[in-house]
Amino acid sequence: MPRKFTPKVITSNDLLEGDVIYLARDGEWVRDIRRAALYDDENEAISALACADSHRHRHVGAYLADAALNDEGLPDPVHFREVFRTRGPTNYFHGKQADS
Amino acid sequence: MPVNSCNGDLVIVRDDGFRKDDLADCEHLTVEAELQGVESPVFLEISNDQDPDILIPSFCWLSAISIRFPDFVDGRGFSLAARLRQLGYTGRLRATGSLIADQYRLARQSGFDEVAISRRLAARQTEHQWLAQMDRVAMSYQSRLLKTTGPITEKPTGLRACLPGGIRGG
Amino acid sequence: MYRYSQFDDEFVRTRVAEFRGQVERRLDGSLSEDEFKPLRLKNGLYLQLHAYMLRVAIPYGTLNSRQMRQLAMIAERWDKGYGHFTTRQNIQFNWPKLRDVPDILDALADVSMHAIQTSGNCIRNVTADHFAGAACDEIEDPRPTAELLRQWSTDHPEFQYLPRKFKIAVTGSPNDRAVTRAHDIGLRMVRDDFGKPGFEVLIGGGLGRTPMIGMVARAFLPKDHLLPYIEAILRVYNLAGRRDNKHKARIKILVHETGRDIIRERIEAEFKRRLAVFPGIDPQLMEDIDASFRLPEFIDRPQDEHEGLLSSDPEYREWAEQNLTDHRQDGYRIVTVSLKAIGATPGDATSDQMRAIAAIAEKYAYDEIRVSHEQNIILPHVPLASMPGVYADLKAVGLAAANIGLISDIIACPGMDYCSLATARSIPVAQDIAREFNALELEKRIGHIKVKISGCINACGHHHVGHIGILGLDRAGVENYQITLGGDGTETAAIGRRAGPGFAADELLPALRRLIDRYLETRLDDRETFLACYRRLGEAPFLAALYPDNPRYAGEQL
Repeated sequence: MPRKFTPKVITSNDLLEGDVIYLARDGEWVRDIRRAALYDDENEAISALACADSHRHRHVGAYLADAALNDEGLPDPVHFREVFRTRGPTNYFHGKQADS
Repeated sequence: MPVNSCNGDLVIVRDDGFRKDDLADCEHLTVEAELQGVESPVFLEISNDQDPDILIPSFCWLSAISIRFPDFVDGRGFSLAARLRQLGYTGRLRATGSLIADQYRLARQSGFDEVAISRRLAARQTEHQWLAQMDRVAMSYQSRLLKTTGPITEKPTGLRACLPGGIRGG
Repeated sequence: MYRYSQFDDEFVRTRVAEFRGQVERRLDGSLSEDEFKPLRLKNGLYLQLHAYMLRVAIPYGTLNSRQMRQLAMIAERWDKGYGHFTTRQNIQFNWPKLRDVPDILDALADVSMHAIQTSGNCIRNVTADHFAGAACDEIEDPRPTAELLRQWSTDHPEFQYLPRKFKIAVTGSPNDRAVTRAHDIGLRMVRDDFGKPGFEVLIGGGLGRTPMIGMVARAFLPKDHLLPYIEAILRVYNLAGRRDNKHKARIKILVHETGRDIIRERIEAEFKRRLAVFPGIDPQLMEDIDASFRLPEFIDRPQDEHEGLLSSDPEYREWAEQNLTDHRQDGYRIVTVSLKAIGATPGDATSDQMRAIAAIAEKYAYDEIRVSHEQNIILPHVPLASMPGVYADLKAVGLAAANIGLISDIIACPGMDYCSLATARSIPVAQDIAREFNALELEKRIGHIKVKISGCINACGHHHVGHIGILGLDRAGVENYQITLGGDGTETAAIGRRAGPGFAADELLPALRRLIDRYLETRLDDRETFLACYRRLGEAPFLAALYPDNPRYAGEQL
């Protein structure tokens, strides 16, 4: 039985900065997952990823990551790896957690 | 059997830049073909897993050997080229397939004379990108480490009797 | 120390210029990401979880104060004020920007350093015994061999696109501090019956997904034959190693699948051909390399202050007992500077700490610094007369932790705090273990033990050769830790055995407590180490301690 599709965001790393980025609804790459487009439909997600993959001069290694809407109606990461990517390392206060 | 897998779409890279493929119209053979029966200088195309030892008796008839690189990260061709040179092959040696400009120096230092690339790649990685590596061909730790007694190559029996091939490039 | 020749300098500068061009060509579209990736990796540049990471080579772990200060400067100018020393004796910067990397590489070239071949499917930075030149048990200094191999492997045209990465380690002592049996090639310097120097050559060792202990390819290889023999190994591997599956592409798999005898024969056949055409190494060049590793002149000086502090200052005494190793020269010691202060990130040093180490090395220790694969800093030649000064200066920057070889002296990879391959975090686990056993004041009682933590199956934290190994995994979206027991990375190398089911993050410390308590209860006396006790008793009592509620293991308790 095929697995049920769970909502996804498109995420990648910025080519110049290396920073974690997300694809927003308007096609822009943003640094905050809360501004990312959340895809509920598998086909839509796959075609958006293929499209994102074509501007590879901007970013490196785009992929789909599970996300869910939080109480404010904005996407939050699901898996702990993605949670770290929205924050930074746990041993120092560096990365996104320090930038925001 | 003669196989003409070659066409005029290749661009040849040598130390002096891009040039047309002068072997495009030459008779092409693969290893399966009967090498012994051929008396005119020939151009042999081999894959990168070819056993080079069985080619030794044919070295004298081979004017050019081309080693195929199926992917630029598959480095077997470099070792195969180095081994052919060590076995005494002095004819023309070409790397064909998907090498990139940044590998030209490695190809030359492993024993290749030239690299054949697609027109498409030649358009993206232009001549000056390939030529940017020329001054580094002679710059190598490996040759610097060795005693300077001149290059030595293994001399397989019978090779001395061979005549040099007729269309050695240069 | 080896000093760059004009050739080295020109080579490294040219290489930086080449990489600067490659970055530009990536940005203008001449190079695709697929093409750029292997090129940046060969220059030490990874793209990690949050940022790029630059891995800088410290060949065989040796550097001087000028180089250490430059690393401190780089950390401050282009990073966040710290660096991470790794299990391959390198240093990693965690936050560089792509456009800055060519400038960083130029700054490295200013002090005869580079990041060449610290990653990618090529011959990696060669590692060696961190006590080289200073150890009491040394047969011969491995550094000239390691430097020769550095030069030979650098940009070797034939071996830049191997099936997979290739690691070489060299040791000159019978006590193997370089984990040679877990490398693609391990070289152990030995002498034959006539006293002629040579190597025992081990191949096919490695950790990762399929841990294997290296096999002896040659029991004795004359020193002069080293390069043709190594080239033979590499050529056989380059031509025959698997390229269809990256998890099966290391030479250990080729050895395993082809059979030891056949591989040995193939290497010997290739070696014979290569030897026939090998003109030998330029004797002048080899002499220059040898000369650059000549030992400093040691002088005898009074040690009264050191002796005095030993009896008057218990902290000093503890540090001296734990962190000093005998030196080949009377009146000297090897100092291991712990980068494992309780609660710190294993292997990390701030710019200030790097500068302090540089100043100490310059002032007291012949300007020589080493990085150990255990992620500590070594000052190889320190006179006892200077020891009180060294200690005071280290203490001033928080580098006087007296825990070398103890349970808090943990090897840990960066894990999921930084690494894009990681399946779980390693650093917080190391921090927790160090804090826990320190708070219990059990460290000294437990004594010599190696705890090694990896954040994924690739085993950068060497967990397979830890007396206690910990492997972090992702179990259905939750961090989970598997314990292995009985591993050993020395001359008596062994791969640790997986104990049983993994532990959730909050179950791990209590499990380790039970394990250590069992050891303390059952050891013969305080001279029997954890590993010795484990070897004597077998795994059963330890498994019973780890899994008290699991009938499968608990039955063994009596």
